Amino acid sequence: MSFLEIENLQKRFARTTAVEQVQLEVTRGEFVSFLGPSGCGKTTTLRIIAGFESPSSGAIRLDGVDITHRPPHQRNVGMVFQSYALFPNMTVAENVGFGLKVAKKPAADIKQRVEEMLNLIKLPALGNRYPYQLSGGQQQRVALARALAIRPQVLLLDEPLSALDAKIRVSLRLEIRSIQRELGITTIYVTHDQEEALSLSDRIVVMSEGRVEQIGSPFEIYNFPRTSFVASFVGTLNVLRGRVADPARGAIVIDDQEIVASRGLEHARVGDAGTVEDVNFLGSIVRIRVRFKDNAISLDTFNNPRLILPQRGQALTVSFPREAVLALETPSST
Amino acid sequence: MKPRRLGAWLVIVFGVLYFFVPLLGTFEFSLRLLRGVYSVAAYRIVLADPRFAATVTYSTVLALATIVMGVALVVPTAYWIQLRLPRMRPVVEFITLLPLVIPAIVLVFGYLRIYNSSSALPLTGSARTTDLLLMFSYVTLALPYMYRAVDNGLRAIDVRTLTEAAQSLGAGWSTILLRVILPNVRVAVLSGAFLTFAIVIGEFTMASLLDRPALSIISFAITWACMGFIQVFGRGAPGQVAGAH
Repeated sequence: MSFLEIENLQKRFARTTAVEQVQLEVTRGEFVSFLGPSGCGKTTTLRIIAGFESPSSGAIRLDGVDITHRPPHQRNVGMVFQSYALFPNMTVAENVGFGLKVAKKPAADIKQRVEEMLNLIKLPALGNRYPYQLSGGQQQRVALARALAIRPQVLLLDEPLSALDAKIRVSLRLEIRSIQRELGITTIYVTHDQEEALSLSDRIVVMSEGRVEQIGSPFEIYNFPRTSFVASFVGTLNVLRGRVADPARGAIVIDDQEIVASRGLEHARVGDAGTVEDVNFLGSIVRIRVRFKDNAISLDTFNNPRLILPQRGQALTVSFPREAVLALETPSST
Repeated sequence: MKPRRLGAWLVIVFGVLYFFVPLLGTFEFSLRLLRGVYSVAAYRIVLADPRFAATVTYSTVLALATIVMGVALVVPTAYWIQLRLPRMRPVVEFITLLPLVIPAIVLVFGYLRIYNSSSALPLTGSARTTDLLLMFSYVTLALPYMYRAVDNGLRAIDVRTLTEAAQSLGAGWSTILLRVILPNVRVAVLSGAFLTFAIVIGEFTMASLLDRPALSIISFAITWACMGFIQVFGRGAPGQVAGAH
C-alpha cells in the first residue's frame, strides 16, 4: 500500500532535462533517500514533491490524492533546508509555531505544541533565543521541529547536514532517524553522501543525470549494484571493463583472460600479474592499488601487525571468488 | 607615517570647510534681518506665522503618506524581482533611476498635461486629488532611494529559501510578505523611509507648481536628522536586528 506515489515524473528546463521518468512508491512511515552527485536531479525531484517546481509531466499522489498542481502552501509537507532557513526575525518558539499560527490555531494549542516539539529536539530551554544565537546544529534541529510542528504528511529533507561539521553531522543523523521512527513519519531525504544514505534509509534511490539508476535497501545497493554508476558511486567496488564472451556459460573476458562467473566457488585470477601502484595505510585497513593492462584494482586488507605489505612497483597476482563477480549495466546498454 | 597623517588631516579640514562654510554663510545671513545687528528676528517671524505650522503639518502628513505608498509599491516589487524575475532587475533599476535623470520640473509639467482638469483623469481638479497627485509624484521622486535601500536589504537575506520555508509551513503570499520578508528588511525600509521623508520635506518644484502649501524650504535640520536616524538604525546587520526586540 503506497502512501506517496511518484509517477513518471519528468522535468525539462530550457535546454536540459533535470528529471527523467522517475517512478517511485513510498509506503507510510518509510525513510527513503535520494542519493547521487550534484546535478543528478535528486533535489529537483524533492522540490517537485514540495511544490516549489512543477513537473513537465507525471504526477504526485499523496495518500491517494493527486497533489501535482497544488501550490506548496496547500500540501501539508514539511521541509528542512540545507541552509536551515529559520526566520531571523522570530525567536525559536515563534519559528516552531509559525506554521500553526498561519493555520490560525488557538494560542494555547500552539504553545503546547511548541513545547512538545522543543522537547522532541531536546532544546526545551531555548524557546526565547533568536536563530543567530544558536549553533548550526541547534538551528537545524529547530528547523526540523518547525517542519514537524504542523504534523505534515511527508517530511522532506534537502541535504540537511551538509552545512554542519563532521561530528555534529553523525549525531544529528542518528537523532533525525530516531525522531522519524518515533513519529512514524514518511520521509524523503536528499543527500550526496553515501554514508548518510546507507545508515539512515529503509530504501535508497540512486540517481544519475536525471534518471533512477537503482532502487533498493542499503544492503542491496551496497552489495549488489546493478549499474556501473551505482557500483562506482556507492562503496568501493572494483569496476572492470570487459566483455561478455559466452552468456550461456556465463563467460566473460577481462584483460584477455576468460573468467566463467557461474562455475563453482573456485578462485579466478585477473590477468597475469599486475604492478603495485600505491599502498595506503588507513589505520584499521590497508588499501592496495594494483595496475593491470586495462584495469586497476583496489584491494582492502585488514591491518594486522604481522602483515607483510607489498612494495610499490612489485608484481602481484590477484584472485577472487567467482561469485564475487557482478555483471553491471553500462550506460550505453540502458 | 607622519606626512601621511598630515595629508589625512588636510583632507578632513578641506571637507569640513567645503560643507560648513556655505551653511555658516547661510546661517549668518539669516541673522541679519535687521540692519546692522545680528538677531533671530527672521526665525521669530517664521515660527510665529500660522502658515508655517500649517505647512509643516501638511508636508509631514504628505511625507508619511508617501512613505506608506512607497513601501507598499517597492517592497513587493523588489521582492518579486529578486525571487522570480532576476533578469528584469536592470530594467527595473533603470526605471527607478529615471527621477534622477529627468528634472522634477519636466515631471510636473508632464503631470499637469496628463492630469489637468480637462483630461480623462482630472486629478488637478480639486485640492484633495491634487494632494494625491503630489503624493504619487513624491513616490516617484523617492523611488531611486527607496528601491535601492529595499533591494540591498533583500539581497542580504536568503529570500528564496525563506519564502519556500514559509510556503511549506502553509503561508500564502500576503503572510510571507508581511510576517517574513518585511520584518527582515526593516532596517532597509526604515532607511528608505527617512530618505523619502527628507526628500519630501525639502521638495519645492512639484509642490509649488501644483500650487500646494508644502513646506517650500530646503530644511537642513530635518534632512540631517533623517540622515542621523539612518545611521542609528542602519548600524545592525539585517540578520541581527531582530535581537533588538
